[in-house]
Amino acid sequence: MDFSFSEEQTLLRNTIQSFVQDNYDFDKRREIIQSEEGIKKENWQQFAELGLLGAPFSEEDGGMGFGSVETMIVAEEFGKGLVVEPYIQTVVTCGGFLRRSNPAQREKYIPGIISGEDIWAFAYAEPQGRYNLNDLTTTAISDGDEYTVNGYKCVVSGAPWANQLIVSVRTSGDQRDKEGISLLIIEKNTDGVSLRDYPTVDGSRASEITFENVKVSKDNLIGEEGKSADLLELVVDETIAAVCSEAVGAMAILNDATVEYCKTRKQFGQPIGKFQVLQHRMVDMFMQYEQSVSMTYMVNLKLEEDYPERRKAASGAKVQIAKAAKFIGQSAVQLHGGMGMTDELNVGHYFKRLSMIENVFGNIDHHLKQYSLVD
Amino acid sequence: MDIEFTKEDENFRLEVRDFIEKNFPQNIKDIDKRTDLTRDDMFSWHKALYKKGWIAPHWPKEYGGTGWNITQRYIWDQECANAGTTPLIPFGLTMLGPVIIGFGNDNQKDWVLKGILSGEDWWCQGYSEPGAGSDLASLRTKAEKIGDHYVVNGHKIWTTLAQFADWMFCLVRTNSDGKPQEGISFLLIDMKSEGIEVKPIITMDGGHEVNEVFLEDVKVPVENLVGEENMGWTIAKYLLGNERTGIAGVARSKKAIERLKEIAGSEYIDGKNLINDSDFVRKISELEVDLTALEYTELRTLAKESKGEGAGAESSILKIKGTEIQQRITELTVEAIGHYSNPYLVPAFERQGSNYLTIGPDYSHGAAQNYFSTRKTSIYGGSNEIQKNIIAKMVLGL
Repeated sequence: MDFSFSEEQTLLRNTIQSFVQDNYDFDKRREIIQSEEGIKKENWQQFAELGLLGAPFSEEDGGMGFGSVETMIVAEEFGKGLVVEPYIQTVVTCGGFLRRSNPAQREKYIPGIISGEDIWAFAYAEPQGRYNLNDLTTTAISDGDEYTVNGYKCVVSGAPWANQLIVSVRTSGDQRDKEGISLLIIEKNTDGVSLRDYPTVDGSRASEITFENVKVSKDNLIGEEGKSADLLELVVDETIAAVCSEAVGAMAILNDATVEYCKTRKQFGQPIGKFQVLQHRMVDMFMQYEQSVSMTYMVNLKLEEDYPERRKAASGAKVQIAKAAKFIGQSAVQLHGGMGMTDELNVGHYFKRLSMIENVFGNIDHHLKQYSLVD
Repeated sequence: MDIEFTKEDENFRLEVRDFIEKNFPQNIKDIDKRTDLTRDDMFSWHKALYKKGWIAPHWPKEYGGTGWNITQRYIWDQECANAGTTPLIPFGLTMLGPVIIGFGNDNQKDWVLKGILSGEDWWCQGYSEPGAGSDLASLRTKAEKIGDHYVVNGHKIWTTLAQFADWMFCLVRTNSDGKPQEGISFLLIDMKSEGIEVKPIITMDGGHEVNEVFLEDVKVPVENLVGEENMGWTIAKYLLGNERTGIAGVARSKKAIERLKEIAGSEYIDGKNLINDSDFVRKISELEVDLTALEYTELRTLAKESKGEGAGAESSILKIKGTEIQQRITELTVEAIGHYSNPYLVPAFERQGSNYLTIGPDYSHGAAQNYFSTRKTSIYGGSNEIQKNIIAKMVLGL
């Protein structure tokens, strides 16, 4: 049993920490999220130069061959800086699908991710589907060596920046069947794909995407037609693990900031951190954080396991992280008082991101249900 | 003990319902389109009520109150909430008015109350300072008496709607000796005075509601002192007590829960409506039970008050539970909306003249921002931690 990090992993963490320190202080981040584009392309290039964009890809595919622990480290450190460049969307999620795609697809698409040339987004959510990955009304009808895609995807995170999309579609079966789900690579500028881009409350960007008679070559099908529900679930579990890691990073910053503030803010002639009621609140925040770190290690270590183990791990971790995200976020704001409410202080920005993480890829109710259904 | 409504009560209900229906401004009726109101929007309902003589139900009749009993006031609040009327700005009506009635001189009773009732004078509250939040008595904004003026220097913060205000009621330090509570005075300051600067504070939801107010050598005529010099703390406590009784917001929370149910009835989970999901509906039920308890706690408090027994420190319960419930409603609303809680709704003051997109169903617009913004309710008006201290000390004698 060993929970320590290797020398290489520590080096990786240090590298990202210094990137965040140099490029992602609060004012620099503000500049980025308020810019027209919403991300900084130079940052993305720097990720490429640091090898981060190739982290999870095999050496055969030109990557670094890293595992989930390395992804956890990257996501956690990005979480500390509230980095908005779509690393998880491109590398973990879409990269997760592409790693398992056929040799021709790997050869065609992975180098563009590793070099930083391409940004990818994962279009899965539909308004009626909530967090059920299989609840799909977007259809792909087979027509010779093409599919014709029609449908609507909502709140596609990072899509305004992407040039490539991976889209979950129904090729057969009923709306919520496990059978009949397929995954397609669709270039964003294909005819019939239209986007409405917008900012999100946590400083990121997303799009509503309409597919209207979009012609997609069958070469763009990932995996077997109609058989992708398991792959979809697997890659979403990996994404959940990364999002949990990001959350843990954000929680660490909020806890530190809150303790520091309570040591310096004086009311009634003493630092407010001397009041026991606030001390206990901060102890609860600390415990929630520690429990979250534990669940994040757990899920990242179990991603390689078979379905039931992995599935339970991901849902369990997401439940703990969502609870902690709410408690720590709300408490940090409360203990900072009026200052915690302002746009000027970083606390609110971490709170907003954590609030969105609570629900992404499923909220507490969803994952408790999932957890109880796994046998 | 009796909670039945009489025939007269029911007639009263129909009368006020009819009045609201006919007089609430049409252009701000749609709650989904009511994100950021202009000064005129906020004022239009006030004017209609003033004309009718119903603007200050909780004031004594001789000062412009309605003379309604507590049942009628309760019905009024319910009907306003059900109709989704815009909340009235509380600084004059709820906060300052009763203070002037209790502590003001005849001259102040005349001009201050008149301006509040007509809505001609907008008031803001100059209480908190950067170094004086929960510990309000440590405030340092100084007023020095020179001839027939006070000269005020200092810095107020979290001043709600100061950008629209004509006047500010302000706590200032007139004496630095002795206990901090003993050197505070209550001044009425004209916001057009020379030396006042209002600086906006943007909150994390993107809104502009609160401000900083800087005062530099601001001259305030001595006749704008309310009560005696150095008795401001007594007045401040009286005012905060009044602020708390209004803060429970029971009728509005009821309405908000109804709305939450409507939203859950429009959202889907695995092909059925979210309102039929046992996990979600259980959370709404818990909230309703909490709210019912608060409703009866408030009624008990009001009944006591109407017998002249004074609300006392129990009103802190109303503040704590009321704000917890309001916060929980916004939380569950975000939860019900799911994916569409993500899009950012650009606030009105930033989007004037430009085209902006609204994404997702109407009820989703700004829901997450409302959740973020509602976190303030457990901080302002004496944080909920401070309210618990008040109960511990004043009620439990700890």
